[in-house]
Order: sequence, then C-alpha cells, then structure tokens
Amino acid sequence: MTKVLTVDTPALPPQGAANRPRGWRRFRRFVALPLAALALSGCTLPKFGVTKGDTTSSVSVFHLWQWFSVGAAIIGAFVLVLIVWAVLRYRRKGDNIPEQTQYHLPLEVIYTVVPLLIVFVLFAATMVVENKEVANPTNNVAVNVNAFQWGWKFSYPASDVVVVGETTQTPTMVIPVNTNIHVQLTSTDVVHGFYVKDFNFSRFALPGVNNVFTLRPTQTGVFFGQCTQLCGLYHSLMFFKVRVVSQSDFKNWLAKNRNVALYNASTKITDQQLSTLVATKYTGTIGEH
Amino acid sequence: MTDVLDPVVHHGHDDAHDEHHGPTGILKWLTTTDHKIIGLSYTVTSVLMLVIGGLFAEIIRFQLASPDGHLVSLAQYNELFTMHGSVMIYLFAGPFAFGGLPNIIVPIQIGAPDMAFPRLNALSYWLYLTGCITMLSGFFTAGGAANFGWVAYAPLSNALNSPGAGADLWIGGLLLTGFSAIFTGVNLCATIFYLRAPGMTLFRMPVFTWNLLVTAILILLAFPVLTAGLIMLYCDRHFGTHIFSVQGGGVPVLWQNIFWFWGHPEVYILALPFFGIVTEVIPVFSRKPVFGYKGMVFATMTIAALSLGVWAHHMFTTGTVLLPFFSFMSLLIAVPTGIKIFNWIGTMWRGEIWFSTAMLMAIGFVVTFLIGGLTGIYLASPPLDFFTHDTYFVVAHFHSVVMALVLGGMAGLYYWGPKITGYILNETIGKIQFWLLFIGTQVFTFPMYLLGLYGMPRRMAVYPHNPEWQHLNEIATLGAIMIGLSTVAFVINVAYSWKKYPAGDNPWDGHTLEWFTTSPPPHHNFYRLPQIRSERPTWDYNHPEHRALEHGQHEETHA
Repeated sequence: MTKVLTVDTPALPPQGAANRPRGWRRFRRFVALPLAALALSGCTLPKFGVTKGDTTSSVSVFHLWQWFSVGAAIIGAFVLVLIVWAVLRYRRKGDNIPEQTQYHLPLEVIYTVVPLLIVFVLFAATMVVENKEVANPTNNVAVNVNAFQWGWKFSYPASDVVVVGETTQTPTMVIPVNTNIHVQLTSTDVVHGFYVKDFNFSRFALPGVNNVFTLRPTQTGVFFGQCTQLCGLYHSLMFFKVRVVSQSDFKNWLAKNRNVALYNASTKITDQQLSTLVATKYTGTIGEH
Repeated sequence: MTDVLDPVVHHGHDDAHDEHHGPTGILKWLTTTDHKIIGLSYTVTSVLMLVIGGLFAEIIRFQLASPDGHLVSLAQYNELFTMHGSVMIYLFAGPFAFGGLPNIIVPIQIGAPDMAFPRLNALSYWLYLTGCITMLSGFFTAGGAANFGWVAYAPLSNALNSPGAGADLWIGGLLLTGFSAIFTGVNLCATIFYLRAPGMTLFRMPVFTWNLLVTAILILLAFPVLTAGLIMLYCDRHFGTHIFSVQGGGVPVLWQNIFWFWGHPEVYILALPFFGIVTEVIPVFSRKPVFGYKGMVFATMTIAALSLGVWAHHMFTTGTVLLPFFSFMSLLIAVPTGIKIFNWIGTMWRGEIWFSTAMLMAIGFVVTFLIGGLTGIYLASPPLDFFTHDTYFVVAHFHSVVMALVLGGMAGLYYWGPKITGYILNETIGKIQFWLLFIGTQVFTFPMYLLGLYGMPRRMAVYPHNPEWQHLNEIATLGAIMIGLSTVAFVINVAYSWKKYPAGDNPWDGHTLEWFTTSPPPHHNFYRLPQIRSERPTWDYNHPEHRALEHGQHEETHA
C-alpha cells in the first residue's frame, strides 16, 4: 500500500536525484516555456499605462516598461499578500506572548540574494535598451532645436529653414518618417525639457550644452510636445508639435521654404521679427548653428 | 540569566532631590536646554509647517481640478509649488525626522540624561525657527516668495531670471535650517557615541537610535555640500561670480550636481528616522523582537552608503551624467530597502498584533512605502526615466514615499505622544484619521501616476483641455481633500484628548528604555535603569522569561 502511494501520489515531496528530471520537465512545461513564449510576444502583455510610441526606440522602451511592470506587479502582489496575511492571521486574540523569534538566517539570505539577482536582470535589460536608445547611427536629417523662454526654434542647417514659435503660436517641427533625425538640443536661457509623449522620450535643453540624440519616427502624423522642466512664468504654455511626414513631402517642404524663417511652420516672418521673437537675453547662440 | 537577579541599577539622584529649579512658562521655553522641551518645540514647529505646506498643496490641487483654473495666477502658482516643496522637505520632513522625535527619544533610548551638547541643541532649534520665518517671509515681499521650484535649478534661480528678495530669503532660510541640521547631526553623533548607559553596546541600541546615528553621519556628509552650493548661488546672484552661468564660463549643470549630491542622501536623511519609528512600533504592537535586528542595522548602513553614489539619477535627462554606474547603484538600493520590508513583515509574522492607531499608521507606512519603492525602481532605469522625468509620474512616486513618511511620523506621534505628554490620544478619532490619511494618499497618488504616463508634465498651472487629464486631476484633488481632512482630525484629536487619558509609564508594554521611566520623564530622564543585556531592556525586565531567541532556538512551551 505505502509503496504504491509513494510512486503515484504527486503531492508527496520529490525524493532525491531520481525525481529531478521529471521536476525539470514539469518546470519546463509549466513555467519556462510559457514565460519564454510570453517574452517573445511582448505585445500580449498589458500596457501598464504606456503606449508603444512612434519611433524605433519608443517601442523597445515600451517593452522594457512592460517587463519592469510585470516584475513590479509580481513582487508588489507577493509582498502585499504577505502583509495582508500577517495582519489578518496574527491579530491579537488574548494576552499571550508569542514565541520571541528574532532570526532565521536562511530566510534572510534568501530575501537578500533573490532581490540582488532581480536587480542584475533589471540592470542588464536597462543597459540593452539604453545603449540602443542613446546610440547615434548614421544620420540623414539634422535638426537643431533651440529652446527659449517660452518657445522653440527648429532649424534645418542643410537647407537654411528656420521654424520658430512661442506660447500663443505653437511651433511645429517637421521631420520625415523612417529616417534617422539627428537632433542637437540647446537652450538660450534657462533649462527646458524637450518631451514628446508619443516618442517615449525627453531630454533637457541646457544652456551651454549641446545635447545630441537621434529619433527615428515610424509613423506619420502630428505629435504633441511640451516643455517638462520648470522655466519660469509661462512654463505651462510652452508647447510644440512634431509633424512627421513622408520623405518626399519633407523634401518638398524644405525646397519650398529654403532660406526662409517660418512662424509656427506656416507664416513667413522677417529676420527682424525673428530676432524679436527669440528674445535673446544672452547673446550668441541663436542663428549660429 | 544572572542579570535577572538584580535587574535595577540605581542611577542619579532620588526622586525628591531632582526638582529642577529654574524659570517657568515662556521664559523656560526660551532659555531651556532640556532635550525634551527642545524636541517638543521642534515637533510642534515642524507639524505647524506640515499644516502650512499642506494648505499650499490644497490650493495647488484646487487650481488643478479644472484645466484653466483661476484660483491663482501663473506667478502665484509658481510661488505656491515652490514653497509647498520647500516647506515640506526643508521645514517639515527633515526637522521632524531628525530634530523632533529623535531629540526627545534618542537620549532616553540609550539611557542618557540629555543630548551631548544641550546649548548647541538649543541653537539648532532657534536657527531652525529663524530659518522657517525667513523662508516664509518671502510671501510678504514685493516680488513674492521664491518661484523657481524647491530644487532652484540654475540659471532660473539667478538674479536675472528670479530677481527679488523672495529668492534671497529662500536661500537665507535654507542656509539657517541647513546649519541647524548640521549642528543636530554633530549632537546626535556625539550623544550616541559617548552618552550610552552602561551595558548599552552599539548592537544593543534600538533600531530607531541606530537609524538616527546613520542619519546624523549622512547629515554631516551631505548638508555642508548644500550650504556651499547655496553660498555659491548667493554669490552668483549678488557678487558677480559666474559659477553657474554660461556667460562667465560657468556651468549651470554644476548646480544640479551639487544640489543632488546633497539631495539624494537627503532623501534617506528624511526616510531613515521614519524607518526607525516604524521599526519601534511594529515589534511593540506585535509583541515580538525586531525580526532580523542585525540585518536591519546593516541594511540601514547599506542604504546610507549607496545613497551617496546615486545623485545623478535625478539628472539622467540632462544627458551629461548618463553613466551606467548611477543606474546600477540606484537599482541596488532596492535590495536593503526590500530587506527592511521583509523584516517588518517577519516581525508581524506569528505575532500578536494590536491594531492601535500607531500600529495602523505603521502598517499604512509599509504599504505606501512599498508602492513608492516599486515605482522608484522604474526611475532608476534611464530609458524609463527619460519619458517619466518631470512628469506627474515622478510627482506621484515621491508623494507615495513622503506620504508614507507622514504616516510613519503619525505612528511616532501616537506611539511616543503618551511618553512625551503623559496622555494618550483618542483611539477612535485616531483610527478615523488613519483611514482618511491612508485611503486619501492612495486616491491622491494613483491618478498622478497615470497622469504622468498620459503625458502631463509637472509644475503646470494650467493644462490643455484633455478630458482624461482633467478627470484624473479631479480624483487626485479628492484624495488631497481626504488628506486635508485627516489633518483636521488630528488637530481635533489633540484638542479633544487634551489631558484626558493618563498614559502611565508603559501603556504599550514597550521594549526600550523610554518605557522604563515616567511619562513624561523627569528632568534628567531616569531615576533608575534596568540592566541592559539586549536591545529590549524594558521588555527583558518586565518579561524575564520571554527573551529573544537565537536562530533555530525554540521556547520550552510547557516549562
């Protein structure tokens, strides 16, 4: 009787080396394979409030976000269950003094080492995505972005087109789709933040620093951008738009506006108006790119 | 077991001879060097600052309840969030964390008669109070209070972009409270190293005292950097130096480096004392020793050490310090913090939990801090930080953390209030306050996480007519109202319970030395001390048969 039970009842603990291969097979079937499948099809995961975005980097950032969120959800749920269980199970019922346990070394080692391993994994994933995101591959189109109180100037050095606009007249940065856009970001006065939600990206515009990054939009359309770093009185009105157009449309747009300064990417403005608009409190940086 | 035979060591004078002769009333308050009175002044002042900062927050939340709120102007809004952050961080959280309760409790926990330098301690308080008045007086100047955010990024904080006395008063107020913090740090270190009672070895110190020791060391490492930075900023504004301006060959990002080199240790200077409070409350109300006491202490040290090497994670989006080192160090902090959370759970495990208000606040702290901690892990990863930086996601993250600290601080007030005043606060009102505060905090922060992910930057007085943003803002405002009501409940509780419920010396069956003396303690704290053979001398004295067990040891249940 007992012999039969030992062999057939799966509820009994595994008995040494003989059972290990079966344990591994089971692990592979129920844990490892589904996890691997899940990893390969990252899009089936919940979005956790973030969208894929519309650049090549934004997609990998989105997947990184999903995996961080899966980890956070599992760990958070696990710890919350422990807390709720402890709170419900061990409420005081009488005047007993419980056993005065203070140490459980193996347990303490486990909850030090396991989080450490998780941190290594998170760090590795971070570095993979970050290195891709901050790499500067061969660039096709260069745009110099200059932030000022309280507006933006986008200039295309190859064709001398300048787009400028401030609070009431939101400027538009026009860029071609599926092209590496090489952005040089600076500020004329204080620190500003170049942030496009649909690109899952932001970068500070710092006075005296040329911040360089590459965007590669994958979708045409108009995207909403905004200054994220407090920059004074009209910080909350410092918007811009990014219009991603087809490559031929972009060429036409550039050709049409060669050597022209545009207000809000539509109306032509004179040099005089331009210099009044970009109120250069500090001389020098405007127009030198 | 021999020490149980003669557990009482007489210490100091007998009761009758220890009458303190000196001034009374307001003169006593003005001239005192007694750490308990100074600590109480610190606590009352900092809670008042919490209320003032909270009022600013309510105005901010009402302004944001609609996309183009007209409650305040753009300029006033900038002043309000600047002063909200400054008051909460510089004038409430810090001074409450290392000047208020610790001032009262740390000397008593180690069996000391007072702080090591009582007059320096008094100076700390008066500098702090002067700093509060200085910083807030900016509102009464022509140009209004400081309006460049509590981080005062250069060059927005220079004389050109932020002219006016408000900004200078902000710098002056912060310098004064900074010096008060440094002096308190010196005082805590000296007290803990030199004034411990016989038998109180370092590894018999309660975790609260341990955390304050580590906090004090962090203060000494971090605050002088802020002080130096503020002096540089002042020189840039008034004496024509160009340390932070491009025109004179200076580097604006240098300010951010200096500020966050102080600013990140500061996060733990704020947090560690509250971790300490919770680590006192949870064991007492679970009737068990701290689980993994030594691990807890080492975790505190690890957090402090790591906190000095992570400042650049506040600056990933500047692109100037984008090094993997800072990301890795920031992620690593999750490990010792996780140890602490597991230790708190381990302490409750198989305990006998008494859900007093203090304990509820402590559990609320652990849950809220868990949320703030988990969302902090995202921000340690640069690609994820890039698109959440300076959005409401970050605002939500650190409000989860600081609201956890408020819960922890309330736990401390409910727990030690009876020791300090001799009277217990009303438990029913206390529980109402807890639920308002705890639920309010979650209702307040969760919509802000989403707002950040849906693209709303922080520090906007008005925002585009986006129904999604508006609904989330409305919910966040509802949470802020609940938090405000919880503060009202606390004030009502203090008024209602005023001298109503005498506490006795040891109302919670406490573990540490403060529960061995009277409530409130006499002038020099103790008439007698028990023998100190563990970190729970009062418990050992009251329950000699229930000492803490080593690993693998079990109690003989039917002895």
